[in-house]
Amino acid sequence: MSTTDTVRRPRTTTDFDEELIPRYSFVERVNHWFGALTYSYCLITGLAFWTPYLYWLAAIVGGGPTARFWHPWFGLFFTVSQFLMFVQWGGDMEMDHDDRVWADNIKAYINNEDDKLPPVGRFNWGQKIYFWAMVGSTILLLLSGFVLWYVEAVPWSFHILRYVAILIHASVALITIGLFLIHVYMSTLLEEGSFASMVYGTVTRAWAWTFHRKWYYQVTGKSRPNQ
Amino acid sequence: MSQASTEIIKISGHAGTVPGAGLNREFQVCKLVDTTTCIGCKACEVACLEWNGYTFSQTTFANSYQTMPETAWNYWNLIKFNEHERDDGSMMLLMRKDQCMHCEEPGCLEACPADGAIVQYANGIVDFQEAHCIGCGYCVTGCPFNIPKFSPEAHKVFKCTLCNDRVSVGLEPACIKACPTGCLHFGTKSDMKDLAESRAEQLRDVSGFADAGVYDPAGVGGTHVIYVLHDAKNPELYGGLPKDPHIPYSVWLWKKPLKWLGNLAMIGGIVGLALHYLRVGPKREEPIPPEDRGPS
Repeated sequence: MSTTDTVRRPRTTTDFDEELIPRYSFVERVNHWFGALTYSYCLITGLAFWTPYLYWLAAIVGGGPTARFWHPWFGLFFTVSQFLMFVQWGGDMEMDHDDRVWADNIKAYINNEDDKLPPVGRFNWGQKIYFWAMVGSTILLLLSGFVLWYVEAVPWSFHILRYVAILIHASVALITIGLFLIHVYMSTLLEEGSFASMVYGTVTRAWAWTFHRKWYYQVTGKSRPNQ
Repeated sequence: MSQASTEIIKISGHAGTVPGAGLNREFQVCKLVDTTTCIGCKACEVACLEWNGYTFSQTTFANSYQTMPETAWNYWNLIKFNEHERDDGSMMLLMRKDQCMHCEEPGCLEACPADGAIVQYANGIVDFQEAHCIGCGYCVTGCPFNIPKFSPEAHKVFKCTLCNDRVSVGLEPACIKACPTGCLHFGTKSDMKDLAESRAEQLRDVSGFADAGVYDPAGVGGTHVIYVLHDAKNPELYGGLPKDPHIPYSVWLWKKPLKWLGNLAMIGGIVGLALHYLRVGPKREEPIPPEDRGPS
């Protein structure tokens, strides 16, 4: 299948294919958007503190001192959302054999040749990696963030902590920005129906079958055929 | 010094030469602290509070004459006391007036993210502009001398200004004015350096302090507060004066390579994602084949 075919293929899905099935509960969606909002706040204010060329970003959230005051608090709120996500999704995010095969063939995914990949459960390998990287990053950002928040409380004899914290906080934040960019791109532009699923909580059967086939079999009661 | 605006280079309608033109005038200021003649009277501490409008804070007693463990956001000038036992068993009371060093390469300024919150004047004074300070505390991390202090009330950071408000109108800093022994001096950097070196030479040749010397650390490009020490080889003895202060390596890593790598990666990432979309386009759902339709 060439790239052109993928984009231009006329839709031939049926009414059955377009029936909606639940994917994200109300609580999952609320928490996701809570996390998105708090992360975005930390991103905007964090970038303002990161480089003078983006310091103007502080102005759109009320100015430098306001941004500095709320950044750590929103970081804490984001940590809460991450903890709840861990409770909600931690089980679904465990890696299995298919995920490892999927990861080995990630080039096919990047080239939109999804039919060359093993069937995917509720979440694919990329989503799982994103999840665990964000959980780990949150812990590192939280610990280093506390040092930066109360930097004057760090005694001078432990001031190496300040040096370590500033590097960890900036480096890990950069990693999350990279992940976040990919996440936003994939869920809004790349995979059609993903954004709506996080807004309305539902996906079409065809969407589930196409992108999360194992999950489709699971929720529709279809037994999984031999692959 | 402060007279930069009064030195005339050209005069209109003036016959003959310009008086004073070509005079080699130095504008770099410097405070010299001669720890060997300090008596620990703390007049400088009082003068600093008075001039800058702060009231006395609660003192902390820790078996020494020292007012408190370290400078505070509203206590910029603190004499650090150290009862030092020398090799021959005799005791020396080392006293060093601690305050902002006004580094030529200020770590606080390097670390600061807020536009205009820290400025360095041509005369060498490094000054915090609290109106622009956002209270992030990065300067606290950037300073190798533990000087900037966060005010929980103002949510901003404060430190010694080298009495910029006095110096700019031709006065010496308040601490200098108050010193009764003359251990504090104020003038141009080169004058103070000369004075310090001659005092150190005197200590070495006449007073028997073989290691006496001047503290003007090169790691931060020199400072606009310099010390004469009896033992310049062990500045740590003087209330923890760092031997080789420099902008912390992690601050350099963060502000130089990491920043540019990060900026490139972010821009590259956005461009890469846009190119990906243009190249391979969206992923769309596909029709379900008949054998997968309906519940089993």
